[in-house]
Amino acid sequence: MLTLRNLSKSYVAGTPVLQDVNLEVAARGITAIIGASGTGKSTLIRCINRLVEPTSGAILFENQDLARLSGQALRNARRHIGMVFQEYNLVERLTVMENLLTGRLGYVSAWRAWRRKFPPEDIRHAFELLDVVGLGGFAQQRADALSGGQRQRVGIARAVMQEPRLLLADEPTSSLDPKTSVEIMELLATVGRSRSIPVLVNMHDVELAKRFADRIVGMRGGKLVFDGIAADLDDAKLTMIYGGEGWLQ
Amino acid sequence: MTRPAAVSRAFPSDPFRRNVWPRIAAVALVLYVIYACSQLDVSWDRVQTGLQNAARFFARLFPPNFKRWDLLTKGLSESLEIAVLASTLGIILALPIGLCAARNLMPPWVSWPARLLVVMARSFHPVIVAIIFVKAVGFGALAGTLALTVASIGFIGKLFTEAIEEISLKQVEAVRATGAPFPSVLAFGVLPQVFSRFIGFATYQLDSNLRNSTMVGIVGAGGIGGTLFAAFQRFDYDFVCAILIAIITLIMIGEVLATAVRAIFIENATFFDLLRPGGKMRRVRHTDDD
Repeated sequence: MLTLRNLSKSYVAGTPVLQDVNLEVAARGITAIIGASGTGKSTLIRCINRLVEPTSGAILFENQDLARLSGQALRNARRHIGMVFQEYNLVERLTVMENLLTGRLGYVSAWRAWRRKFPPEDIRHAFELLDVVGLGGFAQQRADALSGGQRQRVGIARAVMQEPRLLLADEPTSSLDPKTSVEIMELLATVGRSRSIPVLVNMHDVELAKRFADRIVGMRGGKLVFDGIAADLDDAKLTMIYGGEGWLQ
Repeated sequence: MTRPAAVSRAFPSDPFRRNVWPRIAAVALVLYVIYACSQLDVSWDRVQTGLQNAARFFARLFPPNFKRWDLLTKGLSESLEIAVLASTLGIILALPIGLCAARNLMPPWVSWPARLLVVMARSFHPVIVAIIFVKAVGFGALAGTLALTVASIGFIGKLFTEAIEEISLKQVEAVRATGAPFPSVLAFGVLPQVFSRFIGFATYQLDSNLRNSTMVGIVGAGGIGGTLFAAFQRFDYDFVCAILIAIITLIMIGEVLATAVRAIFIENATFFDLLRPGGKMRRVRHTDDD
């Protein structure tokens, strides 16, 4: 499904953030990437949809190497990859409905986008999705009037509007309280299951990762150092991923 | 509690960083002001003769003389037309130029020429630009309109560029991640973030063009300014007074309209909200940046 081959990235020449990452993500299920801050988790996720340009390596997705695409081909590939952000990244001054329809911009011509003329089935789908994520009736609210949990639901709905075949999430729960975090993870899991698409999530919270992920990948210093299921992730492995041990209870 | 000996290092007695240069600059400024006064013969005697002259002049201003109201309204409506035309044209041209000049969205080979254009449009006072256009296209309202269009491009172009350079790129990134083409990213990721500020600039520019359109006539570029200048030259001070009152009225009406436009666009106020005392109109300034 998604295969990363020898993926490397250096923002500054000589100091790689990602080093030769090889990863194969199955056609469905949640894969969580854990690791300390600054180990390149975010860079890894952003390389996949090319928000960050990889320095070398290949990103194979649906028989294409995403690393080699540009222009129209890259935009066409991006519209099948939904992304959920840590700080939601909603367009604050637009309404919830407009934010959802943003997910269709890859399919709708710019001329129609400027006139806010979206196909009726997109609008119907958006209203249905709002009900699914529990925000029915919020369509005309401005995004900046919502709480963190509500915003992230809009963020997920926007990604789903793209009809994604792969869902990326960059620390989707790090700005949320524990209860909302669980709800958001449940929503991500539901989306992945119901659409049978793989979900790749960066996470800070190891317990949350253990609870929801079908597979956990540990990163340290820009390299993959662990790959397994939640049960394999014992204290020794965690020490290897995060270093030190004082934080383990 | 006694402090451990190790901590008692020698701390500086003055915790602030004092800088002697601002003080030297202040003294130099005062000295220069005194020097400039002596050079320009600004003395108490000179002020006194000036005041006596001013008293005679102001006495002759009143009562205002509205007998030549047809000349007055013709000049005023021409000024209004110059202002509205120049603002519309200026805003339409300043939008793409300002966008091209934004360094966070455009590559340097696009942004630098656009910035140069904006700087050039800003480098001269509208009166100088008006003189150039009078020489180029001849006397009349066309020269004034073109001069104020250039001024509008300079002002709105610069502020619009700055507004775009301050937007949150996270929101833009999210729109980009959906596979949206660049024009759609502009429509959904960039413009919503700058729209309300842009309305603010545009109404302010209309206000400023209204004022300047009463002035470009002095150099022959159309509008009430020409009438005003002629009245001054003929010592028709009562007519001068009438023109000044008319200009003040025009500017005040413009101010009220500008506030109403801002309230409607930024606060989503309705027409009736504007009529209600203490309504949304008053809060506009505080929520400008919300």
